[in-house]
Amino acid sequence: MPVKKSAGTATELLQLRYLAHARSGDKGDTANVGLIALEPSYYELLVAEVTRERVARHFRGMVSGVERFELPNLDALNFLLHGALDGGGTLSLKTDAQGKVYSTALLRMEIPVPRALARRLRLAGAP
Amino acid sequence: MSRIVRVAAGQGFWGDWLEAPVRQVRGGPIDYLMMDYLAEVTMSIMQKQKGRDPRFGYARDFPQVMERILPDIARRKIRVTSNAGGVNPRGCAEAVLDVARRLGLAGRIRVGLVSGDDILDRLDDLLARGHELRDMDTGRPLSAIRGQILSANAYIGMAPIVEALDRGADVVVTGRVTDTGLTLGPLVHEFGWSPDDWDRIAAGTVAGHIIECGAQCSGGNLLRDWRSVKGLADPGFPIVEVADDGTFVVTKHPQTGGVVSVPSVSEQLVYEMGDPHMYITPDGTADFTTIRLAQERKDRVRVSGVRGGPRTPMLKVSIAYFYGYKAVGTLVYSWPDAAEKARAADRILRERLAALGLEFEQILTEFIGVDATHGRLAGDANPDLPEVQLRIGVRAREKAPVERFTREIAPLVLTGPPSVTGFAGGRPQVEEIVAYWPALIDRREIEPHVRVEILEA
Repeated sequence: MPVKKSAGTATELLQLRYLAHARSGDKGDTANVGLIALEPSYYELLVAEVTRERVARHFRGMVSGVERFELPNLDALNFLLHGALDGGGTLSLKTDAQGKVYSTALLRMEIPVPRALARRLRLAGAP
Repeated sequence: MSRIVRVAAGQGFWGDWLEAPVRQVRGGPIDYLMMDYLAEVTMSIMQKQKGRDPRFGYARDFPQVMERILPDIARRKIRVTSNAGGVNPRGCAEAVLDVARRLGLAGRIRVGLVSGDDILDRLDDLLARGHELRDMDTGRPLSAIRGQILSANAYIGMAPIVEALDRGADVVVTGRVTDTGLTLGPLVHEFGWSPDDWDRIAAGTVAGHIIECGAQCSGGNLLRDWRSVKGLADPGFPIVEVADDGTFVVTKHPQTGGVVSVPSVSEQLVYEMGDPHMYITPDGTADFTTIRLAQERKDRVRVSGVRGGPRTPMLKVSIAYFYGYKAVGTLVYSWPDAAEKARAADRILRERLAALGLEFEQILTEFIGVDATHGRLAGDANPDLPEVQLRIGVRAREKAPVERFTREIAPLVLTGPPSVTGFAGGRPQVEEIVAYWPALIDRREIEPHVRVEILEA
């Protein structure tokens, strides 16, 4: 059963690390973050709540633009974070010049999820 | 049961685990060993090395690995595909031939040398004929940096690998062949797939993408349930078992560590992903939203459903050019108030750099332990952190300011905030920046120039 927020359901903010795993890489000055639901039933929640706009707000001041793509076959979303790598490649002075751990910065983001689910996942701990 | 072809990944990048190719060859049945060495920045590093010594410019690990496994390969008829040739595939191929002769395998090893990706000598002609080779990211025409160009290579696909294998090569050495072409080439050679059978081409491309980063699809760097991944002291590198219809299983040798699971393969599939509907290679496009994954049994993931589309008329070109200089200096500040001390040191250093009149394109400060990987998302520094590393980098077009910067780090030890250590490594090195310029070119300008030679040991 997909987890959905319906009107009137009480929600709590929960970090994405409880709902998804992720990996990132680079192409030039763009980092990508692939966000994969930990359970297929969380995918629709990610689609609804981890919007392009919210991700852009999450990384405000750190990236110049965000694109989002859906991969329902992998229960995954792919984000392109443009201008994220201080020039990227060999130009960048950053420790993470190739965006290898940008994925973990997205997992800090909080989204509203049904309260019962949030409590259960917090209790179980992030994988 | 229909025939399957096993392609094993032996290296996921230049610098990967040296034992992996040996274990892939000896740990169970494989038909092909695929070794990917090239990333965007790798070509520029190899170009730097070739600049220092024209005999180099390829992955020198490769002939060393061949030294260990060529006897097994010759005996068991395993064939190798690799882009270890970098910016000097001929030098790399000759090094492999030398190894074969030294091992007494003269007459038994044929090396397929693929060239024609290198367009450095053709650039002026191409520019003169109206190919602007604009930077795909910034749109600037290549003429803006013509004088600084160090290397230029087109990404070529599987075709010359197929030809080399058709002509009997045991080891195929290439320059800038795509990572995925190294896996797709053997499949097209074995199954005789038509180069415009777009779904099969896409399936072989996806197989290549899954294994091109080595153990990153078989438990290495796996975030999900990472504590449960066992045996990473001896990680099993991935193997694809491909059928003629393009479906395949991702697996690894028995009795190896790591894990092959739907999550482990999924994480690799999204790695470096752009638009998932259009994964573009020289050989075709693959639609990653059509990929079906299923856990067949332990450490076996079945991949099916892959759909593809036609190749595009353009090839990507990877150009390396001299950009300028950079240096990174670090110091470690200890508790109490480690982050506050590091911040104070950064302010002092910046004041000194300004007072010296040094001009940089950029000065970037990170506080490792506080904000280096997550920036402001990491929140305020905890005053009880046991230590914080100040890491400050500068970049300039000229060498002099960067050189002077490297002399301004150590003085902070006795002239700045207290409780500082970690400077035993000495002065930071000034690094030359060889930057990357991605462009597109009409494939008809490249493909007629691609050559395959078969060299005998």
